[in-house]
Amino acid sequence: MTKKIVAALVLLLVLSSSVFAQNISLLNVSYDPTRELYQDYNAAFAKYWKAKTGQTVTVEQSHGGSSKQARGVIDGLQADVVTLALAYDIDAISQTAGLIPADWQKRLPQNSTPYTSTIVFLVRKGNPKQIKDWDDLVKPGISVITPNPKTSGGARWNYLAAWAFALKQPSGNDQKARDFVSRLYKNVPVLDSGARGSTTTFVQREIGDVLIAWENEAFLSIKELGPEKVQIVVPSSSILAEPPVSIVDKVVDKKGTRKVAEAYLEYLYTPEGQEIAAKNFYRPRLDAISKKYSSVFPKIKLVTIDEVFGGWQKAQKTHFADGGIFDQIYQPQ
Amino acid sequence: MAITFRKRSVLPGFGLALGYTVVYLSLLVLIPLAATFLKASSLSWPQFWHIATSARALASYRLTFGASFIGALTNLFFGVLVAWVLVRYSFPGKRLFDSLVDLPFALPTAVAGIALTTIYAPNGWLGKPLASLGIKAAYTQLGVVIALTFIGLPFVVRSVQPVLQDMEKELEEAAASLGATRWQTFSQVVLPTILPAALAGFAMAFARAIGEYGSVVFIAGNMPMRTEITPLLIITKLDQYDYAGATAIAVVMLVVSMVLLLPINLLQKWSSRRQEQAELAEEEFSPMAEVV
Repeated sequence: MTKKIVAALVLLLVLSSSVFAQNISLLNVSYDPTRELYQDYNAAFAKYWKAKTGQTVTVEQSHGGSSKQARGVIDGLQADVVTLALAYDIDAISQTAGLIPADWQKRLPQNSTPYTSTIVFLVRKGNPKQIKDWDDLVKPGISVITPNPKTSGGARWNYLAAWAFALKQPSGNDQKARDFVSRLYKNVPVLDSGARGSTTTFVQREIGDVLIAWENEAFLSIKELGPEKVQIVVPSSSILAEPPVSIVDKVVDKKGTRKVAEAYLEYLYTPEGQEIAAKNFYRPRLDAISKKYSSVFPKIKLVTIDEVFGGWQKAQKTHFADGGIFDQIYQPQ
Repeated sequence: MAITFRKRSVLPGFGLALGYTVVYLSLLVLIPLAATFLKASSLSWPQFWHIATSARALASYRLTFGASFIGALTNLFFGVLVAWVLVRYSFPGKRLFDSLVDLPFALPTAVAGIALTTIYAPNGWLGKPLASLGIKAAYTQLGVVIALTFIGLPFVVRSVQPVLQDMEKELEEAAASLGATRWQTFSQVVLPTILPAALAGFAMAFARAIGEYGSVVFIAGNMPMRTEITPLLIITKLDQYDYAGATAIAVVMLVVSMVLLLPINLLQKWSSRRQEQAELAEEEFSPMAEVV
């Protein structure tokens, strides 16, 4: 008899806890390097939301190569929010699975990109190979680490930054840019599947002379490893990398978390959110914050993907799709 | 005078067991395979051929099947050796070594991959001495072979061990007393006994190595045309949202695997039948079969 009473009480407790809990859980599906950023940001957002509405929000994170993550969401991963490396991957979620409306990018300010980054080089301390700019990467005997553009978003920004540099050279044209990028990839010994994987290969396995990396990855490596091992080299020009964010409409409507999810993304644009981004080495959009951190971020001449490549759809089709230029680089000549 | 239309089997619950087996195998094996073929069939034949025989795909087949074969072959020889030592000898720490053999089974593939890469990288424990000899292990095809050998080890050992344990030592002693050299004893008495089990282990190691992704992708280097394994090519296609292309390559892998495993299976069946016949023959002429 006692056993039955105890069992009934336990059941009642479990049921009541789920009824009375004001616990909301969000899943943020993100790309490879943003672990530290969202660790800080999620704590700040939970505090903000609790103060504002009294609800407890737990944000779970998933990280991986940008396309891999997008594919996970398409295949059914219940992400409330996606914060990926390129607009093309969020477009794919919208087009292939219809989980996000087609005009998602206009819903939040600045093309739904609350922070930007760019591509820089990370070299060994003292820069023994004297790497100063993009054209040093194609010299024979230099070993370059960059991830696989087929699976990594960061890798595609790297490729496009290299292409844009070659294009901007005096008498640069598409053919010269293609030769330049081919010579660059001939110097690559390992293609990891994600940006973080390449950082590990360069830093922990000590493979390669130079790592082409997200700016925030480079700063993070110095912070984690110490400036005695690696240093940043800023190239003469680079590409403005815009990693966008979006809610996943079908999922938030099903889970009833739309309000929290939208607030989660909007908080990224507030001074507190921008400050967290800047602290984690992402270039903030808000003028006040970017002025405050202007000494941290080096000034580089930046081009955008729209002005040089005509947008992501075109760039993906020309360069990264099957049979595109990246594939052709690897065909036996 | 009962007319029975169905012969009653001596096995109780045979119908139920058969039904359950068919459903289980279908759900786990046949339906996913059928789905793969179905998705690949959405491509036209020229498209399928173009994807399946692109230079990059062919290079990956050479690497995957070649490295798997070399790994399984290495495991065949060394696995039999390990099984022999574990059965016939006793030494301190034998139980520990015996359980270590199961480690590649138990270890998650990603963990195995990272561990192997850390060891064989140019600044790793084994990678450094190898590099000073001029041998690059990690991020080359050699690295792929190393990873595939690692994960296939338990198959051969665990297949051969029970056969060796059950083998009668008297046969070897009889052979020795009849004047056979040690090599003859091994090749004519021991080897035929363990060959079916060894081949079964080889087939399993080979099959696992072909599909291996997690433990290889860290140590491989993943350079297209050189160190890209076929499972990675499939993932790459999926990451481009090209589901049909990925299933095309998967279908090629399935068909080639079946074609390669069939002769190994037949060889194993033939050798086990030969062994059974040999055992029957020796029982007839055995001095023990005398009528008491």
